[in-house]
Amino acid sequence: MTARVLKTEEYRITNEPYYAAQGDEIALFEAAYKNRLPVLLKGPTGCGKTRFMEHMAWRLKRPLITVSCHDDLTASDLVGRYLITHGETVWVDGPMARAVRAGAILYLDEIVEARKDTTVVIHPLADDRRVLPMEKTGELLEATPEFCLAISYNPGYQSVLKDLKQSTRQRFVALEFNYPKPELEQQIVQRESGVDAATAAKLVKFAGMTRNLKGQGLDEGASTRLLVHAAKLIASGISPRTACRGAIAEALTDDGEMLAAVNELSASLF
Amino acid sequence: MTKPPLSSAEIETTLNEVLIWALSTHRSATPLAAALAPFTRGEQDFVLRWADAIAKTNAEMAYQFVSQAPQSMRLMGLDGVEAWAVQAMDVYDKMGLYPACAVFREVAAFAAAERDKANGVSFEEISGVLELFVRGLSGRPLKLEAGDDIYTDTASLFLPARVTRFPDHDQNYRLYKAMVAHQWAQARYGTFAVPLTAVFAGYADPARAERLFHALETVRLDGKLARDLAGLHREMAALRAGLGQALAPAGWERQVARLQAAHADVHDTLALLAELYGSEPPEAICYQGRLHAERAEATIAGRLAHEQDQFRTALLEMLGEKQGEYGESPEDLSERFSLSRTENPDLPGEFSFSLSLDGVPITPPEDVRALMDSIIQDLGEIPDEYLTAAGSGGYRRDHADKADESDWKASYEDQGALLYNEWDFRRRHYRKDWCVLREIDVHPIDEPFVARTRHKYAGLIHSLRKSFEALRGEGRLLKKQSNGENVDFDALVEAWADMHTGREMTDRLFTKLAKLERNIAVMFMVDMSGSTKGWINDAEREALVLLCEALEVLGDRYAIYGFSGMTRKRCELYRIKRFDEPYGELVERRIAGITPQDYTRMGVTIRHLSKLLGEVEARTKLLITLSDGKPDDYDGYRGDYGIEDTRQALIEAKRDGIHPFCITIDTEARDYLPHMYGAVNWTLVEDVKKLPYKVSDIYRRLTA
Repeated sequence: MTARVLKTEEYRITNEPYYAAQGDEIALFEAAYKNRLPVLLKGPTGCGKTRFMEHMAWRLKRPLITVSCHDDLTASDLVGRYLITHGETVWVDGPMARAVRAGAILYLDEIVEARKDTTVVIHPLADDRRVLPMEKTGELLEATPEFCLAISYNPGYQSVLKDLKQSTRQRFVALEFNYPKPELEQQIVQRESGVDAATAAKLVKFAGMTRNLKGQGLDEGASTRLLVHAAKLIASGISPRTACRGAIAEALTDDGEMLAAVNELSASLF
Repeated sequence: MTKPPLSSAEIETTLNEVLIWALSTHRSATPLAAALAPFTRGEQDFVLRWADAIAKTNAEMAYQFVSQAPQSMRLMGLDGVEAWAVQAMDVYDKMGLYPACAVFREVAAFAAAERDKANGVSFEEISGVLELFVRGLSGRPLKLEAGDDIYTDTASLFLPARVTRFPDHDQNYRLYKAMVAHQWAQARYGTFAVPLTAVFAGYADPARAERLFHALETVRLDGKLARDLAGLHREMAALRAGLGQALAPAGWERQVARLQAAHADVHDTLALLAELYGSEPPEAICYQGRLHAERAEATIAGRLAHEQDQFRTALLEMLGEKQGEYGESPEDLSERFSLSRTENPDLPGEFSFSLSLDGVPITPPEDVRALMDSIIQDLGEIPDEYLTAAGSGGYRRDHADKADESDWKASYEDQGALLYNEWDFRRRHYRKDWCVLREIDVHPIDEPFVARTRHKYAGLIHSLRKSFEALRGEGRLLKKQSNGENVDFDALVEAWADMHTGREMTDRLFTKLAKLERNIAVMFMVDMSGSTKGWINDAEREALVLLCEALEVLGDRYAIYGFSGMTRKRCELYRIKRFDEPYGELVERRIAGITPQDYTRMGVTIRHLSKLLGEVEARTKLLITLSDGKPDDYDGYRGDYGIEDTRQALIEAKRDGIHPFCITIDTEARDYLPHMYGAVNWTLVEDVKKLPYKVSDIYRRLTA
């Protein structure tokens, strides 16, 4: 089997990605989209932000371009740059320019990780101008009505360096995400992995225990994503304790004492 | 080559010196020396070395040690003897001379315990993991403490100092865990939700009623654990089986069924207590421990009063947020808020509470949620009176009468003081929670000291600024990079030409903006001891002013703290500038306000400042000490002891990625500073008057 090769702006989601709404976020996003307002997703890692975006892209029938931001990501990485092809300099669009041209949904994941100069291109696109300035070519790219900008950010980081500036955040409609309520989380784990209800309930309980330890040596408790990972391992025959250790405990921490405590907690449940 | 043993007379000579303060006409060293004579030279040296170390703390202790040493060496290896001595010293630190001497006298018991050690598990080994474990089980923090009895007062879980019941290590650990789980379950599943002491007092023999009640509760909690924590329940059952203990005596089948029913709560236990009162209470199960209902009730009462206040304050805050201001806070919160409870369909008897404001359900913030959970754990519900006002006295109760002198550590912690270990090089162990440290703000004064200094050193400041500006990292355009933001056209042309002439074309065709960010956090630790009085103090203050000027240019993050104190119970750290505080008028006035205080206990200061530095995110972390002499404190913190503790604290700091450096004006520093800070991490400014000129310069060299 060969992997398909697609241009990023051609990537359309045809099958409905499973997403269980925590509240009215779907309606809110749709309303924001209709009014051409950019959206900010807040929430801890692994609580369903990216899945939500996929789901919305499917719902709105738009291509989804996702950029995971990192600390070397610059404005020209997003907008585009001149490259040399066949002895000539050729302008190549970056993901942001492509998304604007294609009227796609552009999702900048973990925006605070990106270099500060990226705000220069995000701001004009995020307010009512809706234009992308392309400094290098001296052009302005005007967004079509279908284009949508969404960014995500994890307010749980304690670092002062990783905070979103007011001038940026106040341009967005903010949707707050959190770990789903236990019943819903159980349903998600069950649905995503195929484990039985009792196992899913125990996993959710275990996640609650690790979330109790947040700030006591854990930076974050177990996310829904980690629960799904563990549940998938369990569904393929790994013993629950081993699955929790591999998929959750080791993923959360390297600290020996904390690992021992987290493993004791999972062993208490299973 | 092993040395020959010392003779009895030789030992006696040494002992006479070491134990001089414990010997008298009625008590000579002769029998002690005679008893030590038959041992090998290594053993003799060991005893004499420890006797000397102990005598530095207390001579009587040393005498007791030497008199029991021969027996101890017959019972244990030297490792065991050392552990025995260290334990006695710890007891001495905590409880005083007589209990400590008792430890020495009871050497046989200690040796027996030592033998268990290989298989036994100590509280220290498990407390870290199990504290996290119990924290994970419930949101409410529960402290683990070592005590004589196994019980809980619902704020702490008391556990034995060692568990040796089983012949293997793993099972003993499991027993510890079972104890923790059982005590936790009492607090979690509402054992203390009824006024137990009053109930027991209604029986002819309250103690017997308590034992019987506890046995019945253990059965009930076992049922709850089986439901909620199946894995743990299995382990606990295995422990009982290993010791041949039954959960309940034969004939209790009907009662067990009732206690383990899904709906069972503490009232079922009380009903069965009345029914079974005539029968003999069964023997306690290995993890059961004791029930100290009166202690739990006292703790709960205190906590509830406190939490009721907090809860009301939190509701008022939520109301204020909603209204945008506090406005007129209603006397009766129940006019606006209401609580509703719903039963969890999967867990009968478990309720969840939700809060509504003006009839609309609201999600309380995480801390309020935790508070509500905690109240529900104690009371099983949030009573309606929590929403009604307690009277006109406002919502905050006075907690001033909290301090309890008998528990000085806890009370210090309540007052915001911090406890730190101290290294005792003679014992080669830490003295736990030995120093009490408080952070205090330097009192700012209105003297125009800073302005005067700026004027005095105007020229120097100017040149300092210049040299520091040169240090400041700016973005620099790097050419010919293999990747980067922009095409390097110069390189491209070259490459183009290369390609046409048939040479290999380079791929280094980009320019890149290099990040030359200075990512430095520096902590200045300034000696404020009495010995700095006079012009040393002036020079220090001037140096700080110049340093601040320079650092402001540089943009490095910095904090300044002064340290002093008297004895381990009063170590003080004076805040002059915190990391997150701007250099401004207040800081200037604090610098002016630096006045010499008492002594210099350096270890605890370094430990605390390292902790503060650890909380700052920076690639390079510096801890720079401005000092005028050796560590010195009133209660024996001097000489080798002080130096070794300071050295140990610095080693800990280095382990945490902090670079310590010392600037001193003590001309004898060469004798001890290299040992403390390392060969290159210190510098001597011989002329105090030069200090202001030098400090900034040294800093520049350090971080260039």
